[in-house]
Amino acid sequence: MSSACPPSACESCSASRGNLEKLGLRVDKWDYVVALAGNPNTGKSTVFNRLTGLRQHTGNWPGKTIARAEGGFAFSNRKYKLVDLPGTYSLRSASPDETVAREFLLFGKPDVTVIVADTNALERNLNLALQVLQVTDRAVLCLNLMDEARANGLIVDPRGLASDLGIPVVPCSARSGEGIDALLREIDAVATGAVVCRPYRLKLNVPGLRKLLDDVTRRLRATFHDLPNAEWIALRLIEGDRAVADLVARGEVGRLADDHAATTSAPKAPAPAAVPSPV
Amino acid sequence: MSAPADIVRLVEDQRWQMPRNIHDQLTEAIYGEAARLAERSVESRGTSRRLDWQNRMDRLLTGPWTGLPIMALAFAIVLWLTISGANVPSGMLASLLIDTLYPPLHAFAHANLWPWLAGILVDGMYLATAWVISVMLPPMAIFFPMFTLLEDLGYLPRVAFNLDRLFQRVGAHGKQSLTMAMGYGCNAAGVIAARVIDSPRERLIAIITNNFALCNGRWPTQILIATIFLGALAPAAFAGVISTLAVFGVAALGLLLTLGTSWVLSRTVLRGEASTFSLELPPYRPPNVLRTLYTSLIDRTLFVLWRAVVFAMPAGALIWLVANVHIGDQSIAAMVTGGLDPVAVFFGLNGVILLAYIIAIPANEIVIPTVLMLTVLLSGQPEIGGGAGVMFETDDASVKTLLTGAGWTVLTGVCLMLFSLCHNPCSTTLYTIYKETRSWKWTALSAAMPTVIGFVLCFLVALVWR
Repeated sequence: MSSACPPSACESCSASRGNLEKLGLRVDKWDYVVALAGNPNTGKSTVFNRLTGLRQHTGNWPGKTIARAEGGFAFSNRKYKLVDLPGTYSLRSASPDETVAREFLLFGKPDVTVIVADTNALERNLNLALQVLQVTDRAVLCLNLMDEARANGLIVDPRGLASDLGIPVVPCSARSGEGIDALLREIDAVATGAVVCRPYRLKLNVPGLRKLLDDVTRRLRATFHDLPNAEWIALRLIEGDRAVADLVARGEVGRLADDHAATTSAPKAPAPAAVPSPV
Repeated sequence: MSAPADIVRLVEDQRWQMPRNIHDQLTEAIYGEAARLAERSVESRGTSRRLDWQNRMDRLLTGPWTGLPIMALAFAIVLWLTISGANVPSGMLASLLIDTLYPPLHAFAHANLWPWLAGILVDGMYLATAWVISVMLPPMAIFFPMFTLLEDLGYLPRVAFNLDRLFQRVGAHGKQSLTMAMGYGCNAAGVIAARVIDSPRERLIAIITNNFALCNGRWPTQILIATIFLGALAPAAFAGVISTLAVFGVAALGLLLTLGTSWVLSRTVLRGEASTFSLELPPYRPPNVLRTLYTSLIDRTLFVLWRAVVFAMPAGALIWLVANVHIGDQSIAAMVTGGLDPVAVFFGLNGVILLAYIIAIPANEIVIPTVLMLTVLLSGQPEIGGGAGVMFETDDASVKTLLTGAGWTVLTGVCLMLFSLCHNPCSTTLYTIYKETRSWKWTALSAAMPTVIGFVLCFLVALVWR
C-alpha cells in the first residue's frame, strides 16, 4: 500500500505516522473507546504498545495479560481510549481472566473492537472473531504476525476475508510496525462512521429457537433497561450457561452494565484502573 | 416486566422444547463457519523450513527424556550467572554507599542533630537502604532480564508443558508451573497470575503453594549464606559451583514441596480431579533484546527495588530503636533474642534469626541486614561494624567471621536457607492472597503451612546433624 507513494507525499498524507499522537496513560478525556480482543499470544499487547507509546511488558506465552490495561492515542484530532483485554479463545467459557474480556465486550460497549488474530492459526482465531461479531456491530480484524505467516509460506487474502466478515481486515506485523498506519485509518473510519460494518452473523437453524429467543430478549430488556446484548444473554440462557443464569437471577447483569457504562461512556470521569473481581 | 429470577425460571421451563444438544449445535456451527472462512482466505505453499526447525526444537525441549534435564540445566546456568556476576557490582555499590558515603554522613548527622535522630536517620534508615540496594540490585538486574529473555523466546510454555505431567499427577493444574515461575520473581505476582487457572480448586492450590517458589527477596539470602558457609567448604576453584548447587538444591526442594503440598491439599481440603486444558506452544520468536532489557529493568527490577527500599527505611529505624532502647540494663533486642534462643536451638537456628524474621514480615529483603545488625549488637564485636546497632556491609569473609564469632555453624547456615524457603509469605503477598481469595481461612493456611513445614524441616535436619 504505502510503497506506491513517493516519500515526499508522507508530509501531506493523512495516514502518515505523524498524525498518530501517542498519549500513554493520559486518557482522562476521550472521544471513542477501542477494545483489543483476541486469542492469547497473538500480540495484543504489542499492538497496544505501538498505538499508545506505553511499554507494557509483552511476553511470548498465552495468558500473560490477566487484567485489562488502558492507554490512549490521538488520531486525526480525535482522542481514543484503548483497552487491552486478556486473551481468550471463546466468549462461551468463563475463567477469571476470560471473564474480564467477556464482560467488557458485552457491557462496556466499546466504539470499535479490534480483533487481533494470529494469521498462522486463522481458523482458531476466526472462531473467536465470529463470536465477537455476535456482540458488536463495529469491529476491525487485525491479521497480526504477517511476518511469521510469510515465513511459514502462507498466502492470505485479506480482501476476500473482509467481504466475508463484513468488517475491515488489515494485515499487520505489530512488532515491526507494518500495517499499523492502515489499522489506525480503519479504526478511525469505523469509529466515526465513515465505514459502516455489516458483520457476518451466524444463522440459528434450530426450529422454534427464534421465537423463544425473541420472547426472552424482550423480557430481559423490560427488566434491565438499556441492557446491551440482551439477545446474546438470552441465547446463553437458552443454552444453559450457569454463569450467565446466575448473573441474571441475582440481577447482576444490570449492575455490570451500569458499572461499565460509568467507565466507558462518561468522558469527564477519570478512568479507574479496573481489576477483575475473583470468582 | 418480570423479576430476574422469573426470566431464568421461564427459560428453564421452555428450554426443554429445544433440541437437547443445542449448545453443542451452536458451538459446532461457529467452528464450522470459522473453518470454512479460513479455508477460503488462506493458502499454504507446502511445508516451510522454519516450521520443521520449530518442530525439531520442540521435540528436544519438551521430549520425555531431554525436556526436564535441559530445563534444570538452563535454570542452573541462569543461577550461576547471577551468583558469579553479582559479586563484583555488589562490592562496588557497597564500597560507594557504605565505605565512602556513610562515614561523612554519620559524622555530619551526629555533629548537627540530636543523637537519637541521627541514629534513626543515618545508622538505621540510610544503612538499611544502602544495604538493600547494594545486595539486591545487581542480582535482580542480572536475573530478571535473563528470565524475561527466556520468556520472550517462548520457553515458558515449554516449561509448563514439561511440568504438566508432574502437576497433573498431584491433582493440580498444569498452568501452576507458570504461576510458580512468576513466583520466582515475586510471590504476590505469582498469586495474581493464578487467575489464568479456571477451576477455583486448582487456583487455590496454586495460590497456597506459590510461597515455595523462592522470591526475589529471598534469593540474596540464599546466595549469601550458600557462599559464605557452603562454598567455603570447597577449594576456592569450586566455591562458585558448590554455592550454585546449594542454591539450586534449595530451589529444587521448593519444587518438591510445591508438588508434595499440592498432592496433600488435593487429597484433603481441596479434593478433586485435575482438570484438562489446552496449552498452546507459541512459535520461538527472536526477542528484541534492547526492549527486553528496558522493560525488565523498569517493570521488574526497579519496581521490586523500590518496594524493598520503601520497606527497608522504616525497618531500619525500627531495628535501630530495638537495639538502642533499653529496658533496665538490657536493650529490647537483647531481651527478645535471649528469650527466643532456647527455642531456636531446637531448630538449628538462633534467637537473632527468629527476631529478624518477625521484623522482616513486610519484606523478606531485609532479613539479612537485620540478622547482621542484631549479631553485631549482641555478640559485642563492635570493631567489625560501626558500633552497636549499626548495620554495615563488609566483604563476605568478614561477614563470616562475624557470624561464626556469634556461634554460627554450617548447620545454622543450612537451617537458615531452609527456613528462608519455608516460612510465612511477606505481608504484601498475604494481603494479595486475601484479595484474590476473599477468605481469611485460606490466607491463614497459606501463612501457617509453610511455617510449620519450615520448623519441622529445620528440627529434623538439626536432629540428624547432631
